[in-house]
Amino acid sequence: MIRLVVPKRPFPRPTPETQAYWDACKEHKLTLQRCLNCEGQPAYFYPRPFCPTCLSRNIESFEASGKGTLHTYIIAHRGAPGFQDDVPYVIAVVELEEGPRMMSNIVDVEPTPENLPVDLPLEVTWEDLEREARDGTTEKIGLPLFRPARGGS
Amino acid sequence: MSSPLRMASAIVGAAETEELGVIPDKSATQLHADAAIRAMEDAGVTNSDVDAVLTAGSPTQIAEYLGIQPTYIDGTSVGGCSFMLHVAHAAAALATGRCNVALITHGQSGRSRVGEGGRFGGGSTPSAQFEDSYGTWGAPSRFTVPFVRHMHEYGTTEEQLASVAVAQRQWATKNPRAMMRDPIEIQDVLDSRTICWPFHLFECCLVTDGGGALIMVAADRAKDFPKKPVYVMGMGESVEMTMISQMQDFTSSRAFVTSGREAFKMAEIKHSDVDHIMIYDAFAHLPIFAMEDLGFRKKGEAAPWFAEMKSAPGGELPVNTNGGGLSYTHTGMYGMFAIQESVRQLRGEAAAQVDDVTISLAHGVGGMFFAAGTLILTNDPSA
Repeated sequence: MIRLVVPKRPFPRPTPETQAYWDACKEHKLTLQRCLNCEGQPAYFYPRPFCPTCLSRNIESFEASGKGTLHTYIIAHRGAPGFQDDVPYVIAVVELEEGPRMMSNIVDVEPTPENLPVDLPLEVTWEDLEREARDGTTEKIGLPLFRPARGGS
Repeated sequence: MSSPLRMASAIVGAAETEELGVIPDKSATQLHADAAIRAMEDAGVTNSDVDAVLTAGSPTQIAEYLGIQPTYIDGTSVGGCSFMLHVAHAAAALATGRCNVALITHGQSGRSRVGEGGRFGGGSTPSAQFEDSYGTWGAPSRFTVPFVRHMHEYGTTEEQLASVAVAQRQWATKNPRAMMRDPIEIQDVLDSRTICWPFHLFECCLVTDGGGALIMVAADRAKDFPKKPVYVMGMGESVEMTMISQMQDFTSSRAFVTSGREAFKMAEIKHSDVDHIMIYDAFAHLPIFAMEDLGFRKKGEAAPWFAEMKSAPGGELPVNTNGGGLSYTHTGMYGMFAIQESVRQLRGEAAAQVDDVTISLAHGVGGMFFAAGTLILTNDPSA
């Protein structure tokens, strides 16, 4: 298995509305939010303190299963700043089991179209990012990545 | 009931910067000014006649630089289609007496980066938090993401994608101002460097310097100006999202569908009435998406249509006759150049002039499928 190591990732900077999502990521928990007002209580992403469908503030966060499928993607042959040594790498949209979609990288697989059929089952995996804060302490955050599902439920 | 904005305004001045391509000796603001002065000359007006300034970015900067005291300004900046929106907004302002002579400008030192702001923002916007950490780098790695889903849903092929670039290059070979003029075949496109699979270099737009400007007035005054007026029949605009990952349907742009529907509704025409089409082609899949989302072709049928060279010289419906962003020029916000080519075709001044163009559609995209603007233009005052 090839492990895609991508250094120098831009460090996500939470806002008050997204702090809880990134705090959970530190614990390697992928969270979504759902509307308790809409029929079927649909999940949504990215984090907002209200339902993007009905605008109700009657929402809650919950831990997602971490399972999803490969909705669409590209294989980058030119790297972003800091990513130049990591090409080719996969920038994908993952459709989570709960419905919402998010961007991620697909890792632990050689990035070829043959290895990456659309709708391929995926599962979440984590990369820990660190950076030095202004006060000299080390800031940490977890970044959800995805890999081909290894089976089991 | 017809829209009061239908046929209420006209483009009477249109020009690009004298030079296009690589212009290291001019700042972005000077590119705006070069185009603006040429457009004013084209319309036979001066800065004291102009009382409305519309541009993507700072209309304040343009008004100051050109010595204009406007009564109407618009800095709508939603990416490369902003100028389609400016034409629409100017039409409304002219029709309601907010202004008399509107100037719309674009200038960008996209290649030489002279007098431009910073390129990478950072920060804590949603896209900075939820996309940048995954190694995206601007348009090539994000705009392209939807296309694999289109291939999956409709059987669209890499060869069909490449055919869009080939057809547009055929137009560019007829245009001395186009940056890329050597004829190419499908295999040349597929053999060009892979940028973001399935996209190759020739399926990605150029990066150039340049600008363009337009002068608009109310339709009832349009014949008082020296050039053949180009009337605004229909207009539409919309937005969808700021992150490619949040596109609702990766085979169809909600912004395109909404903007196109509104433009056709106002113009009161059928698709078969359109003689000429300009579609903002930052990447080769955009003409495919737009031909489908605007209703010219059913979903899944545009890519084979391009592959049969139906948009190329001699084909059934000419698309991107200047060569497009892929072969003509692409400063970063290309929408202005799409409008310029529609105006040239309707005036009969184009380098690769198409016969009998009465109605031209110019469709722009902003960001990475984030926004859209659609104009339906005509040279027929009785339309």
